[in-house]
Amino acid sequence: MASKPFIHPYIPNSAPASKQAMLAELGLTSVEEIYAEIPARLRFRGRLNIPEPILAECDLERHMMELLNRNVSSQEYLNFCGAGCWQHYVPAVVDEVINRAEFLSAYCGGQYSDMGKYQARFEFNSQLGELLDLDGVANPIYDWGDVAGRSFRMASRITGRKRVLVPRTMSPMRLAEARTLCQPQVMPTHIEIEPVDYDPLTGRMDLEDLARRISDVAAAVYYESPGYLGFIESGATDIAKIAHEHGALVIAGVDPVTLGVLTPPGALDVDIACGDIQPLGMHMHAGGGCSGFIAFRDDDPVFAGECPLELYTLLETEVAGEYAVAEAIAERTSYGLRDQGKDWVGTASGLWTIAAAVYMAVMGPQGFRELGETCIARAHYAAMRLGELPGIEIGLSPAFFKEFVVDFNGTGKTVAAVNKALLGKGVFGGKDLSGEFPELGQSALYCVTECHGQAQIDRLVASIKEVVA
Amino acid sequence: MSETAQEKVARLARLRRDGGVLRDYHAPHWDEPLIMEMSTAGERGILVPPVEDGVHEAVGDPTGYIPAGARRREAPALPELAQHQVLRHYLRLSQETLGMDLGSDIGEGTCTMKYSPKMHEQLVRHHKAADLHPLQDEDTLQGLLEIVYECGEYLKEISGMDAVTLQPGGGSHAVYTNACVMRAYFAARGELPQRDEMITTIFSHPCDAATPMVAGFKVVTVMPDHNGYPDLEAVKAAVSERTVGCMITNPEDTGIYNPRIDEYVKVIHDAGGLCFTDQANANGILGVARARDAGFDACHFNLHKTFSSPHGCEGPATGAYLVCDELAEYLPVPLVAKVGEKYHLDYDRPESIGKVRGFLGNWMGVIRAYAWIRSLGPDGLREVAEISVLNNNYLDRLLTAIRGVSRPYAEGHRRLDQVRYSLATLKEETGVGTEEVRDRMVDFGVQSYWMSHHPWVVPEPFTPEPCETYSKDDLDEWAAVIKKISDESYAEPAVVKQAPHDSSIARMARLEALEEPKQWAFTWRAYQRKIKEER
Repeated sequence: MASKPFIHPYIPNSAPASKQAMLAELGLTSVEEIYAEIPARLRFRGRLNIPEPILAECDLERHMMELLNRNVSSQEYLNFCGAGCWQHYVPAVVDEVINRAEFLSAYCGGQYSDMGKYQARFEFNSQLGELLDLDGVANPIYDWGDVAGRSFRMASRITGRKRVLVPRTMSPMRLAEARTLCQPQVMPTHIEIEPVDYDPLTGRMDLEDLARRISDVAAAVYYESPGYLGFIESGATDIAKIAHEHGALVIAGVDPVTLGVLTPPGALDVDIACGDIQPLGMHMHAGGGCSGFIAFRDDDPVFAGECPLELYTLLETEVAGEYAVAEAIAERTSYGLRDQGKDWVGTASGLWTIAAAVYMAVMGPQGFRELGETCIARAHYAAMRLGELPGIEIGLSPAFFKEFVVDFNGTGKTVAAVNKALLGKGVFGGKDLSGEFPELGQSALYCVTECHGQAQIDRLVASIKEVVA
Repeated sequence: MSETAQEKVARLARLRRDGGVLRDYHAPHWDEPLIMEMSTAGERGILVPPVEDGVHEAVGDPTGYIPAGARRREAPALPELAQHQVLRHYLRLSQETLGMDLGSDIGEGTCTMKYSPKMHEQLVRHHKAADLHPLQDEDTLQGLLEIVYECGEYLKEISGMDAVTLQPGGGSHAVYTNACVMRAYFAARGELPQRDEMITTIFSHPCDAATPMVAGFKVVTVMPDHNGYPDLEAVKAAVSERTVGCMITNPEDTGIYNPRIDEYVKVIHDAGGLCFTDQANANGILGVARARDAGFDACHFNLHKTFSSPHGCEGPATGAYLVCDELAEYLPVPLVAKVGEKYHLDYDRPESIGKVRGFLGNWMGVIRAYAWIRSLGPDGLREVAEISVLNNNYLDRLLTAIRGVSRPYAEGHRRLDQVRYSLATLKEETGVGTEEVRDRMVDFGVQSYWMSHHPWVVPEPFTPEPCETYSKDDLDEWAAVIKKISDESYAEPAVVKQAPHDSSIARMARLEALEEPKQWAFTWRAYQRKIKEER
């Protein structure tokens, strides 16, 4: 131990006088007397083998920045990688609000101490409900892959069936998360996940294959729009019709930032929608900005009843005209029923819902429409310019929102080699698809948003032109 | 409440007299409408970059690329407000949130509401941390990977385990990861689905029961014996060739450290099962006792609790999940590996359970945890544990002296980081229960306490956890609040029963909406349709 007392700014009672006063009050000479509750054989008697402390905040900050400076951010390089975590602009007002100490530091406090938190949460749910055109929105958790798997489990509980059809183009990462949740085949409660083929020209779900595979044991048909590979799924109405004819539910995985211009799931006969709110005002945080939502029809209480995530309802107070917000049907969650509850809930992503509430409020209907137009225009511009380069083709659909497949097969170069070379030019290239979709050969998924102006896109095109020459 | 100036002076004098540490508090009350009610057509909160002429000339009308039927017909009914109006609205809502930084948040047991250093927030907001893409080249993420790798090494040392993943998105998610890893372990041995029972205890977090269910197991819940320890005989009776393992907390939510925990572990091991300990309550044992030393095969930590990330109105969070060598091959991908002086993401793990969270996880929590551990070092972590235990026992001294408060179980034994108390006596003698006390607390400017997970094995419970963040004065104040409410309950119970009096809102009404499908409204649009149109 250090020779002088260890007094730490995060530990007020490390000050000797306070510590002594408390020990004296308890009639103790040392905290060791309390630790007598732990038998000697279970005690750790060594000194933890971790580095000595950097005590001064000034020194620690320098150490931390030395480490973080080894990263290269998308403010330094041009980033064209999306694939489930997208670079959209985060309005400063969003960061201002979520960095307020009250929001940042709050946890499970009740309405009478933390009413603002509950109201912000309800405003998030309400605004997302408008974007989705759905009445029921639950409190988001982890990310899209997680809520996709939970939606499958929810559909399985509602229908009593154990099979879900998904597009073969589904994000492999999201599929992996969903598979973990749906359990391996050896478990009796396993939910089977069966892929449906896609149209190689457009990327959209192959409706004939869907019709072949669906049967009256399917719990749900899941589709993504835009799909993982960027295309807009224009067959949504047909998918819903086929599913419902067989008593299966329809689950749509959507990117909510597209919904200023794309048809919302609520208008497409969808039963459950899920997706990620990261594009609604979250920095990427190397993926930490992701957060998955579940929304549903509320014309039948079975959807709310089987939803595994927390639900909040608007209430009033004893004062006329005053609102309150409280958790509804809490009993059904794991907090109410432990292993008899609907999946589980835990610490989710509360701060991100507040960020998204602020984001949706500043964007408004016009902002979302203009954002959609800008993304579509610039993404198609980038695709058009890249497609003009020798050996490069634009794969799959002519209709996409912000992501599209760039086919490098004709260049004789691998995506990995292209991306390494782009790195040298200060560009993060698109996601390499060669491992996930071998049938696409050397293809990459590129993402263009409002963050990429014409000048940045032209720089990308010029860089790739040099790299593949 | 209407109060004359004279009455207020008298009330304040009374507050000072009653212990001298209570404060006269009133929560901010902004009477703020919902944002959906604040819209003015045409206002803008932010402008989006327009399509450049050059882009437009090349591609034409962007909406032309949207297939028929996929084009939104009606604009979403989002509010239209200028930027300052949005900011002001949410600042007001933040003021109507006490949070932890403003109020003494001693009452939220199992949550370890400790101070999160502000410097760490500057780090995670920096573009070198915030504006990183998870798939960008490893060479451009070396700083982050080093932080994650080293933080993992520290957590291994603190727990005694051999391998770690920081992918889970919270504590319960790490606990779920454990259920999946145990499943993979027995699948590899061909012992599924014969082994299908997971054992937990009623004082372990609900996720220790719920997540093995999601993983496909049946759950056996052991109740406490008369001392409050999980009943060892019941564990022995529950164990069989069907046992997958156990998922239990120690110290449990009662704050009681189970001194025979290694015997429980042995019983499970003897049946071929695996043992996981939920370390949500690890704050009091950092550097004092290690999960591996008690024989556990796996454990977890909540980085947002024990290792100081702010709780962010319930997330985002980070769960650390740690295992012994035998389970390491099943951890989710990718793991961070160190090869020479470089760090890289290892996806080549064929026995892995796959993914529990997308990409890498939420590593904001890891950056903060790394910085926090580096700021304390080995002696500092030990001091954290000691002070949290000392604080808890000091507060216990104050609380158990209060009329109506009792501490069930394990008479004569000290608790570690927290205590589950009962107000059953108070309820019996005054009619005031724990929920009413909770709602009264906020009138004194401290955060309302957390009672207990369900079911309430301890009647009328509350569970404070006064971690190392709180000063002796904070503890005195908190106990004085409970004492004041106890006194009120005996003298003037209506004051407590009608609380809160000084909150941001009045008491909630129309509570049937919490259960009634026709009454609940999860969104404003549903509220307008169901409630407003009905009236």
